[in-house]
Amino acid sequence: MENLRLLFAAPSLSLQLLLDGVLIGAIFALAAYGMALVWGVMGLINVAQGELVMLGGYAAYFLYRAGIHPLLGVPVAAILLFILGWALYRVVVFRVVDKDLFISILATYGLSILLQQLANGLFGANVRTAESGFGTLVLLDGAVTISEIKLVAFAAALLAGAALIVFLKRSRMGQAIRATSQNARAARVMGIDTDRVYAWTFGLNAAICGASGALVAMTWIVHPYLGLPYTVRSFMIVILAGLGNVFGVLAAALGLGVAENFAGFVLGAEYQAAFIFGLLVVILVWRRFSLARQRRYLT
Amino acid sequence: MKLPAPRELLIPAVILAFGLLAPVLAPSYRGQMAFLWVMIVFALTWDLLGGQMGYNSFGNILFFGVGMYACVVVQRDLHLGYYAALFLGMGVGALLAVTVGALIGSGLLGLRGHYFAIGTLGIGIAAGELASGWDFVGGGGGMVPPLFPGAVGGRETFFYYLSFALAVVTFPVLRFLYAGRFGLAINAIRDDEDKAEAMGLRTTRYKTTAWCVSAFFLGLMGGVVGNLVGFIDPREVAFAGSTFGVWMVLMAILGGKGTLWGPVLGAAIFHVTKELFWTYLLGWQRVALGLLIVVIVVFFPRGILGWARERWPERFGQRVDEPASEAGR
Repeated sequence: MENLRLLFAAPSLSLQLLLDGVLIGAIFALAAYGMALVWGVMGLINVAQGELVMLGGYAAYFLYRAGIHPLLGVPVAAILLFILGWALYRVVVFRVVDKDLFISILATYGLSILLQQLANGLFGANVRTAESGFGTLVLLDGAVTISEIKLVAFAAALLAGAALIVFLKRSRMGQAIRATSQNARAARVMGIDTDRVYAWTFGLNAAICGASGALVAMTWIVHPYLGLPYTVRSFMIVILAGLGNVFGVLAAALGLGVAENFAGFVLGAEYQAAFIFGLLVVILVWRRFSLARQRRYLT
Repeated sequence: MKLPAPRELLIPAVILAFGLLAPVLAPSYRGQMAFLWVMIVFALTWDLLGGQMGYNSFGNILFFGVGMYACVVVQRDLHLGYYAALFLGMGVGALLAVTVGALIGSGLLGLRGHYFAIGTLGIGIAAGELASGWDFVGGGGGMVPPLFPGAVGGRETFFYYLSFALAVVTFPVLRFLYAGRFGLAINAIRDDEDKAEAMGLRTTRYKTTAWCVSAFFLGLMGGVVGNLVGFIDPREVAFAGSTFGVWMVLMAILGGKGTLWGPVLGAAIFHVTKELFWTYLLGWQRVALGLLIVVIVVFFPRGILGWARERWPERFGQRVDEPASEAGR
């Protein structure tokens, strides 16, 4: 609670936390939008979402080690992860798409453990980061500082999200994806190869997670165990915003980033993870009680 | 209650004899054998919700961790004799787990399907993170239960028999519950919760009761495992969501969820496989386990007994209708 008093004493500190939170939030929004896409089109909750983010981070890190600037690593990571996502769909995910939702949750949870342990075995448990070489902006006579990389990552995240949305709206495959999400059976009748659509959807989701992971590796750190918090954040954002609501996803993600930053400051960094998972439970229970008043439940 | 026929007692008798004699026959494997019974209790208590009631929880590990911490705190802070403190601690742990279950039950059990699954996943992990930040229970460094007073090696034998006894008690209790009105009610909830409610079942009460039964046994088992392992780490032992928490789901599914013997069979097979992985694939055992999870879930979602029940339904006491063409002749 010491920190809470500090927060009231120094308003510029609040501004700092707010800015940092908003800048983080855009990166959360990317992974969350991918989850909403897969959920809406394939009816599948991908628990391995965070692991895709983590692998995107490692892709950017190894590209950086090979001498490629991390910002150029973002599209490369996205392409690599697209291939991985496509492969995962062709090997595992297609078998659980039309099964019971719980089976698909458990299967992707298994995938998440598998990818996490593979990363641990192959890359080691050390914390890595991709240095981007950007400086720090100082505002308001040094009261607020922003590292430029966060601004760049924020812009890149918005750009990547916009690119995905334009793809979904304009391209032939994007139209097929949207048709399938409206009614898979009708889409099949109209001659759309829904299996291919699903593969593309999962690949696009992996690509957008890869881009977000590359930004994470530039801005913060990557390690094999960072996956699950990203999955939970994405899930929270999606249930707050609803499926197929782009601005809702962005707003919820920015809000979550801010909330998390303030909580991390007030409660202490060691409780930040507890805050994320606790917030998930609180949001779910709150939604459940507010729906129960109308004798409905979350579906 | 009708006593089971002698033929049906054969398998339990064999298992009992095996359980009683195992530490004498293979003393160097007592630790692993104790964990076999722990795993069986995990799978059985998970199946009470996941298999019989259709509520797939990823967070049952919460009760296990609560029981473990409560037991060790009692052992540490109340200056009683070793055995008195241990049994009191187990009791306190079980009560606390049941209380936690009842308190969060009404909130979480109103969630359906995958929301329940993800919500319970969150609460299990949140508990681990909270425990690792709370200095009263040792924070991230964890806790160490008091030393066992008996001879060297006596500790394993003692806790082996304790976990064996718990498994032996859990199974008939669940069997008794499934056989009666309670079992019918929770099966009705699994099959169609709205209809069950419309028929006048107090579904929330049944669901919370089922969760509390599960919490009771997991809380007791937490105390035993805390002392058996001899070290409590908040994320790796007590609230081990990505190991025990997933394994209990997996074992029940492997054996066949919603069947009485399925979790027992699944737990035994899974535990042996896991120990083999640990012995022969050292360093990559967790990768192999992740692969195993995916393979089991994707290819055998019905489990061994579920498959057998489909193959030979009459052996599971289900009436099979004659095909219409034969009946018409």
